[in-house]
Amino acid sequence: MLPESHVQEHFANMEVQRQAARLGMWAFLGTEVLLFAGLFAAYAEYRSLFHETFVLSSRHLDAIMATVETAVLITGSFAVVMAHHYARSSRSGMTCLSLLVAVGTGLAFLALHGIEYVHHFEEGALPGKYYHFPEIQTAGASMFFSLYFLMTGLHSLHVIAGAGVLAWLAWRASSGEFSRGNYNAVEMGGLYWHLVDVIWIFLFPLLYLI
Amino acid sequence: MSPSALDEVGFPEHHYLNAGTTVRSWLLTTDHKRIGVMYLVAVILALFLGGMFALLLRFEHLTPGPTYIDAVTYNRFFTLHGVIMVWFFLIPAIPSVFGNFLLPIMIGAKDVAFPRLNLASVYIYAVGAAFTTWAMIHGGADTGWTFYTPYSTTTSTVVAPILLGIFILGFSTIVTGINFIVTIHTMRGPGLTWMRLPLFVWAIYGTAIIQVLATPVLGLVLLLVGVEHVLGFGLFDPARGGDPILFQHLFWFYSHPAVYIMILPAMGVISETVAAAARKNVFGYRAVAYSSLGIALVGFFTWGHHMFVAGQGVFDAGAFGVLSMFVGIFTSIKVFTWVGTLYRGAIRFTTPFAYICGFLYFLVFGGMTGIAVATVSLDVHWHDTYFVVADFLFIMVGAALMGFLAALHYWFPKMFGRMYHEGWGLVSATLIILGFNATFIPQFLLGNLGMPRRYYDYPVRFQSLHVASTAGSTLLFFGFVIIFIYLVLALKYGRAAGRNPWGSRGFEWDTSSPPPTHNFEQLPVFTHGPHEYQLAPEVSNAA
Amino acid sequence: MNELLRNVLFLPEQASTFARKVDSLHYFVIITTMIMSTLVGLTALFFFVRFRRRSETQTTPLLNPPWWLETMFVVVPLAFFLFWFARGYTDYVELKTPPKNSMDVYVQAKQWMWKFSYPEGPNAIGVLRVPANRPVRLMMTSRDVIHSFFVPAFRVKQDVLPGRYTETWFEAIQPGRYQLLCAEYCGTNHSLMLGEVIVLRPDEFDSWLADQRRGRALQQDGAPTADEDVTRQADLVRQGERFAVQYGCVKCHSIDGSPHIGPTWLDLFLRREELEGGQTIIADEAYLTESMMDPRAKIVRGFNPVMPVFKGRLAGPEAAAIVEYIKSLRSEPLEQARSRRPVYEPIRSR
Repeated sequence: MLPESHVQEHFANMEVQRQAARLGMWAFLGTEVLLFAGLFAAYAEYRSLFHETFVLSSRHLDAIMATVETAVLITGSFAVVMAHHYARSSRSGMTCLSLLVAVGTGLAFLALHGIEYVHHFEEGALPGKYYHFPEIQTAGASMFFSLYFLMTGLHSLHVIAGAGVLAWLAWRASSGEFSRGNYNAVEMGGLYWHLVDVIWIFLFPLLYLI
Repeated sequence: MSPSALDEVGFPEHHYLNAGTTVRSWLLTTDHKRIGVMYLVAVILALFLGGMFALLLRFEHLTPGPTYIDAVTYNRFFTLHGVIMVWFFLIPAIPSVFGNFLLPIMIGAKDVAFPRLNLASVYIYAVGAAFTTWAMIHGGADTGWTFYTPYSTTTSTVVAPILLGIFILGFSTIVTGINFIVTIHTMRGPGLTWMRLPLFVWAIYGTAIIQVLATPVLGLVLLLVGVEHVLGFGLFDPARGGDPILFQHLFWFYSHPAVYIMILPAMGVISETVAAAARKNVFGYRAVAYSSLGIALVGFFTWGHHMFVAGQGVFDAGAFGVLSMFVGIFTSIKVFTWVGTLYRGAIRFTTPFAYICGFLYFLVFGGMTGIAVATVSLDVHWHDTYFVVADFLFIMVGAALMGFLAALHYWFPKMFGRMYHEGWGLVSATLIILGFNATFIPQFLLGNLGMPRRYYDYPVRFQSLHVASTAGSTLLFFGFVIIFIYLVLALKYGRAAGRNPWGSRGFEWDTSSPPPTHNFEQLPVFTHGPHEYQLAPEVSNAA
Repeated sequence: MNELLRNVLFLPEQASTFARKVDSLHYFVIITTMIMSTLVGLTALFFFVRFRRRSETQTTPLLNPPWWLETMFVVVPLAFFLFWFARGYTDYVELKTPPKNSMDVYVQAKQWMWKFSYPEGPNAIGVLRVPANRPVRLMMTSRDVIHSFFVPAFRVKQDVLPGRYTETWFEAIQPGRYQLLCAEYCGTNHSLMLGEVIVLRPDEFDSWLADQRRGRALQQDGAPTADEDVTRQADLVRQGERFAVQYGCVKCHSIDGSPHIGPTWLDLFLRREELEGGQTIIADEAYLTESMMDPRAKIVRGFNPVMPVFKGRLAGPEAAAIVEYIKSLRSEPLEQARSRRPVYEPIRSR
């Protein structure tokens, strides 16, 4: 397959197409950052208003579990870097495998996170009007958990989306689509996965560690 | 093929409109021009729907107390008016119609960077519109388009579907913005440096930056309101420790830059049309180009001027007030530039020029009343009164909508290859400008008197100004109806326009009207900037 | 001149000290606006006439502005804008800073009415009586959604929020009746949420207030509505005393100076207290209210963080009444009583 045949009609050549895809993806990642920014702003305000309660509630979360989740996601990011490398080297089998590993880490992350959620459900540490956790009843307690569920929930939705994208790319890789002249899609999918990871890197200390 | 061969009565045989005539060829098109036309149909529908609600409101205001609807209906009507006009008309009007149609042509490209994504944005718009229409049929929300909490999270009207409709529409905006930014960065034709770009492209570029950066925050805040309304999360509920002011900060962080999404493209239109009308280069190209970026950037830091009496501290008020003064400077640079462009020009008074004059007057008046409300102490009296309503409608209707109409009349021959009836064009422009003044100047005075916004009933001393405003609005309405009629007639019966009826040196006029599907017979190479009328007539960019 | 412009611009009467200042700046800004927009429009039309197209092959000169003209385009408008801002912001800060000798009134907004309470005087619904030529400070909260207190004749407006207090002030300059409107959309009857500010001559006001306090509760302006807590006592201080018992405050706070689980309320108002963490505060209305709503925020040194949260349990006027009660607990002669170390007793369950 000639590399140039992957160039779409309105682009001058593959290099322009690649540049366009990259710039477009970075612009899109920018929008995702701004989406979460509002939640971070809300968190900052309420943390300063209810400092003690937030510290107490944060200590109540499972930081060990979250550390494992972090390690899992970082592994996934590494796998995606490898996938990019293999795609450029036209090794479709390894590309597919690396992408599937990344998908696996995403699913593992969601499973571990789900366990956390179940635990919170059982003890009544739920958002807003559903909050009935007897251990922490100071002002702002329900607010911490509202923010916790919103931020991690929105993030998990993005993990699901990212895993879906990577799975689709894995399927395309398995048919040998990617090569040295055509690896854009893997790079773009990888960038998205990295963003999902980076958002978690910010969520993790804010919610679990401080 | 040299441009002069097409100059005369020639209506090109093959163009984008007749390349494929099946419904499917339209529904699955990736041609940015067809997408622009589809958006045109959509935004005109939105304009009439939103305008209809405005008229219904104005007729209710003929008398204090109940006239023909009740308070809850009134509250729903002004909410729908705002939501439809802001998100379904003003935000997409110029970028999604004219930006889509013209951007690739103006930079010598065959299409935008992501044509399929472009088509997707049309469908996303349609889905958003569907949810909002559904909500409307089921009564609609009564929160106002600003959805202030805790009212919006506790009212029992149909809030969630409208929030969802706007949320989905936001994606259409974001996708369009990303498309435009990437197109401008990566697909400029050979020789087209940044400083040779048409000013309309600069304006679209600034707009796209705002679209991409601001809209996600709107998406988030509407999501939070929806979640609180439906699930009781309590983020803005004081009983659970929430802060209603947080909503206002997040909301206005988007909604102030949003007004620049609405006005910046209109300014770009004026830059193009004033140069074409005066057959003269724009007086200070760089200043206008940079001020488009300036508005996009500084506009992000002024949102707190919507909250001077909200309960924030004096420091916030000071900071936001000062920054609002600075953002006004970019507009004044542009106004002086446009007026300077007319100096020693060769001006022809056509319908687009009529709209330019209207635009200039309304932009300065409305813009300076904007500066006036930014003068913090004055806003204490004016906030949430009809003064603010008149201020933003001077800009949104008086300036942005005039810009849309100028664009429509200037680029109608480019898009459809035909000319409309010039006499009726001038008549409707006059009706609209007069009707506009008659509608909105009484509203400034109502605001001074102290008439608050969103008032169903009002003290009887306000009545005569309300009646005057309603009379003006009917004039405005007739102006729009006339435009609609003659433009639709022109589609079928208008005389063929030829390639360049205005004799404009904007780049888009170098290709045929209507253009072929791939925009050019041969891709242009750029050797100079647009609107250089001192050059001898036969020099153009088409190879 | 002022009257002429005021009438041309449809401005209401200037009934407060603030109104005159605001209007004079208003005139300056608006007149400049109208001149500039007309000038721009006329210049465009003039240029059209002077420079209209005379032939189809006419070319035009390539003109660009000299640097000094561009600079002028920026500097001159900016100078105007910043000057206006400086004037306007100064006036705004003044509006946000109530004078120390202001008379206080508590305002509660709810869908869809205004209620007013004087610290040692009557309650009223929909009608606010104030003396002329005395600054009046309004401390406002909402029972439900955001409202806004707007008196056009005073040029005063302030949003009223649920869950916290906002304040504004004015000094009326002439007796009369002025309309009060709600200026933040609050639901179905937003436009019916009207009220009236009646400005009385100072002597008239004093005699009215004395009349009201003589317990003629039935002659008050506002009869309580069906769901109100009907009390014969109009006095906020006595109400506050009732609430302090009803909500259990006196179980931890003594009123005679004796040390107990929480700081004593005797002489507490405006007392200088040292907090955990070293900073010193003055126990003013804001601190007292905050201590009820978020007791853990500022704890006096030497006391434990055991006070329950009253946010959501105490309504605005109830908290206000308790604050007024605390303010009334003064020992004679006036002296600074320091908080003494706490004494612990087992807390019996309620």
